Amino acid sequence: MNDIRAQRSVDAATASFIVTINGRSVSATAEPLQRTSDFLRDQGLLATKVGCDAGDCGACTILLNGEPACACLVPAAQLADANVLTAEADDPVLAELREAFLQTGAAQCGICTPGMLMSAASLIQRAARRQAELTGKNDTATQAVDRQSIKDALGGVLCRCTGYAKIIDAVFLVAVKRQLADACDVAHAALPDNARLTDKPSAVGARISRLDGLPKVRGTEKFGADVIPSDALRLKIIRSPYHSASFTLGDTQTWAKSTPGIALVISAEDIKGVNRFGVIPGFTDQPVFAEHKTHFRGEAVAAVVGDRQAISALRDDAFPITWQELAAVTDPLQALESDPVIDGRKNNILVEGLVQRGEASASLESVDCLVSGSFKTRHVEHAYIEPEAGFAQRVGDRIEVYTCTQTAGMTQESLAEILGIEKSQVRVIPTAVGGGFGSKLDLSIQPALCIAASLLDQPVGGIYTRTESMQSTTKRHPSDMQVAIGCNKNGKLEAIDFFGVFNTGSYASWGPTVANRVPVHASGPYYVPNYKAHTKAVTTNVVPAGAFRGFGVPQAAFAVESLLDQLAEKISIDRLQFRLDNAIRNDQPTVTGQVFNQGVGIADCLEALIPAWQNALYQAKQHNLSDSIVKRGVGVASCWYGCGNTSLPNPSTIKIGLKPSGEIVLHQGAIDLGQGSNTVITQMVADALGVNLSMINLVGADTDLTPDAGKTSASRQTFVTGNAAIASANALRQQLLRCVNASEDSHFEFIIDAVLVKDAGTEHRIDLQALAKGSEYVFEAQETYNPDVGALDNNGQGIPYAQYGYGAQVVELLVDTELGTVKLEKITTAHDVGCAINPQLIEGQIEGGATQGIGMALMEEFEPGRIENLHDYLIPTIGDIPEFEHHIIEVPDAEGPYGAKGLGEHVLIPTAPAIINAITHACGAELRELPATPARVRAAILKHNGQSV
Amino acid sequence: MTQINQQLLHTRPHSLQQALQLLDQTAYTILAGGTDYYPSLRDSTPDSAVMDITGIEELKRLQVDEHGLTIGALCSWTDIIRADLPASLKALQLAAKEVGSVQIQSRASIAGNLCNASPAADGLPPLLICNAVVNLASASNTRRVALSDFVLGNRRTALKPGELVTSISIPASGLGGVSDFIKLGAREYLVISIVMVASRLLVEDGIIIEAAVSAGSCSEVAVRLQEVESLLIGKPATEQTILNQLPASLGALSPINDVRGTAAYRKDACLSLVRRSLNRCLLAAGETAA
Repeated sequence: MNDIRAQRSVDAATASFIVTINGRSVSATAEPLQRTSDFLRDQGLLATKVGCDAGDCGACTILLNGEPACACLVPAAQLADANVLTAEADDPVLAELREAFLQTGAAQCGICTPGMLMSAASLIQRAARRQAELTGKNDTATQAVDRQSIKDALGGVLCRCTGYAKIIDAVFLVAVKRQLADACDVAHAALPDNARLTDKPSAVGARISRLDGLPKVRGTEKFGADVIPSDALRLKIIRSPYHSASFTLGDTQTWAKSTPGIALVISAEDIKGVNRFGVIPGFTDQPVFAEHKTHFRGEAVAAVVGDRQAISALRDDAFPITWQELAAVTDPLQALESDPVIDGRKNNILVEGLVQRGEASASLESVDCLVSGSFKTRHVEHAYIEPEAGFAQRVGDRIEVYTCTQTAGMTQESLAEILGIEKSQVRVIPTAVGGGFGSKLDLSIQPALCIAASLLDQPVGGIYTRTESMQSTTKRHPSDMQVAIGCNKNGKLEAIDFFGVFNTGSYASWGPTVANRVPVHASGPYYVPNYKAHTKAVTTNVVPAGAFRGFGVPQAAFAVESLLDQLAEKISIDRLQFRLDNAIRNDQPTVTGQVFNQGVGIADCLEALIPAWQNALYQAKQHNLSDSIVKRGVGVASCWYGCGNTSLPNPSTIKIGLKPSGEIVLHQGAIDLGQGSNTVITQMVADALGVNLSMINLVGADTDLTPDAGKTSASRQTFVTGNAAIASANALRQQLLRCVNASEDSHFEFIIDAVLVKDAGTEHRIDLQALAKGSEYVFEAQETYNPDVGALDNNGQGIPYAQYGYGAQVVELLVDTELGTVKLEKITTAHDVGCAINPQLIEGQIEGGATQGIGMALMEEFEPGRIENLHDYLIPTIGDIPEFEHHIIEVPDAEGPYGAKGLGEHVLIPTAPAIINAITHACGAELRELPATPARVRAAILKHNGQSV
Repeated sequence: MTQINQQLLHTRPHSLQQALQLLDQTAYTILAGGTDYYPSLRDSTPDSAVMDITGIEELKRLQVDEHGLTIGALCSWTDIIRADLPASLKALQLAAKEVGSVQIQSRASIAGNLCNASPAADGLPPLLICNAVVNLASASNTRRVALSDFVLGNRRTALKPGELVTSISIPASGLGGVSDFIKLGAREYLVISIVMVASRLLVEDGIIIEAAVSAGSCSEVAVRLQEVESLLIGKPATEQTILNQLPASLGALSPINDVRGTAAYRKDACLSLVRRSLNRCLLAAGETAA
């Protein structure tokens, strides 16, 4: 050993060492500065995830000699003689944690799960050791595991899906089972109750653990970066360093030939199809590779393909390109007065949206009570922990691409157009997705991978760095909004006038959707007889803004719900009561003139919150009597949200097959980003067929294997794909009944090679093997559901959605008035889901969405060119999350499967305005700009007190 | 994957002597916990010669004797959190718990924090209030530099070519009394401070004998607030003293506007934190006296 050390201590290009990994001694050779995360992944240990390569996300947490460490910051040379534990380890503490994570719903997308598990294992192991040391000393109560120590232990791992609450539950559950938990916390703990699983005869409504959870908690789930074959070439995109620039490519062919390890350079001229992509017909304006000019910092101009070492060592300044920086306009209000950023786009207006009804302007002039204000929000980054990744390969005359995406079908169509080949020649095989939230609807790395693979005989893989992901993928639209709202003296809303400018960036992406969705939703779930909402999506020289949970509606809700509080205060009506008084009811027209005669659930949500609201107000009042510096406040806000595409066709198709063996196969193409469609759709199919959940085998999204279930966006999968799934199950059921001429009341029993059809005392047997004719399925059903919607007229009147979901949230918080800091105490939610298909997944959606709302309200602010890492871009950690309490409201919707409504985006909308309203309630400060950072809150407090900073 | 140029030097010596000899010949980038080194690479790969000093056992010691406290350069924040230290270093321990996350605390070294010379270095304010001294060694020399003279500016230190920080010393004179540290950030965990304040008070017979106050993230380098200190020394150890003696604004600070907060906010918040931190010291001093 000493000899080896002596050898190592002089300069060396490689380090040879012995390291114990998961109990196994490994003799390894590595480059001494290779990141341990990469070293482990090269060893095939893919549970160690790479989210940022900077210690900011904790996804790569391992235990190094028993201590948690970010593997991305540990040089391989330091592994000499070390003991490493990764999330794959066969370890009793990890095993208990895995089970608890599964049981409590602590894993959604699963990308942060390995890091969470390792951090938690460190805490539990230390607590167990301490307890062993203290045994017999009558001192076991001290330093027991409580919720605070769990937060301290897990604070270094970011999760963007769950809102952390269920992760804390999971770790606490293990501590309880091991008798390591703080007795006081145990007494107050509401431990997860999965009893309904056995109580309930049906799958729908059962609080079952997610069906695709096991690989997530084992660390074996394969995300975009995990599927790249070891022999694949790698690809790196060359990007614009300027907001606006012209460029000239040098002799890239000669450069590629003369640079070791480089196989190919591709640019615009290599595109055989159309060098444009987009997500909305008529708005496909973004080039895969820019042609002569770039329009945002981070825009792709070319891609270099080569072996992995050459690509990772490639420096931007080595690539032959000359840049000429051009004048840029990044502010949307300025852009309205500027020359077109994109040729031909007059006044830089991409699209305008308008919904009007009654006479808003006239009404506002005569209302008893009027409030108005200007509001501003900033870019918000999706900050999923998994950067974009995947690989493509040529198979015969087809291209196959494995990638993390929110849509298989749309990706396939767009790639075929870019590649200039038939749609059938492109196969998209989605990997597990480590968070999407809207941004992974758009293409990112896939076109370059496919173009390169089409020119080469080797697979081509690529992984965005965190910087690339933040520079080049879509964001939530920044907004500048002006709103006026009036009510009569009885507190009934008379009119709303909303005007919003949304900075949509250089290319269209989902800008038109934001511009159109906002006017439909800006009223909130209230009856507003006189209404005008006008939006402009404005093109600027910044990264495209696109889809992000709520498509602009959260921004609008911040403005409108803030003013509703002002209005309620002004006419001295309780703020929640004011909302209830104006809540839209069955048979009242929405702002687009649509009338629902059933299923409108906002009043039920608000009513459910009354006890929590009154208690919270009392608590705040009591607190504020005795504390002059830290003030307690309570806020409330509502949401409504149309499920599915706005006024556009929106079909989902589901296929179910019955194999000769008797196996039921569900071809479920709705991509599960962690939100739970794999579980929820299966639950619905189980009940529709009348079989046990465990009988159904899932085939996940793959354009060769699953019919198109549309995009995972717009809160549509439970609603739209759920209906398609039920229709398919019913069709299959009919086929079986007809086969033996049995009645509608029959029950099925699926056994090996046969189906037994039990009909009022008679039992028919369908011998599947006898009916099999060599095809995969003996019986097969495929059905489509497309919600019935229609185009809006020039005034935005019509039927934009077949259903809406509703909700409201109450926030309790503390404001430190000297520092402007905000500490959230509790969020009580009430969301009308129509029918709670799976309460555990619903809670997970609410907690995760509300946590993104917390980020938007208090800390998240992306600035193009300045904030390109998760060090400066702050998202909530486990320490920023309050206690949650949920009221799941079930006002059935006639159009929904089992009455269910969409939920995914609704949950984020009320959070930020409820927080801002609570801050104002606490200290009087009016926040007109998000995020409400400590500096902004303090400035608002001083302004309210008539002082300046 | 980290690609190393074949010519790129990497060394991991196992003795200080060997390290200093190598440093005398080659300008290595020093690597310890890697928590600043790797993020500084951004999206590129290593391009300078690197000396990994984590194999040098003699840089890992933490010891208290009659001359004071010596913290080896390689002591991690976790080492500092778990060490049994006097009340004057509670500020340092509190700061250690607020460095990044447990993953960062277990890896990052105290010397690295100082050498990285960030205006927001968590270690600087609590060490400044204890009159910390940085011990440096080169192949031919050793020298001691007051911490306040060591960090010169944003990413600039007094470290000379060939020199290595071997330890940080707290003289016995800096170990008196009780201390406190407050970090203000926009979220819990994994956060760069907007403002930091550390304070140390030595109280005897109800009178403030020594007062040391420092602020971080409010100037290019964290600084001692001597104007505040001199106003407190000799005064009764009461909340009233602190309320009466604190100036209306802190002249020693020159904060900047950035994404984390405005300059005006930083000055304003810093004053509140100084008051709170001193009050918390008074509380701790009262408990110690009792």
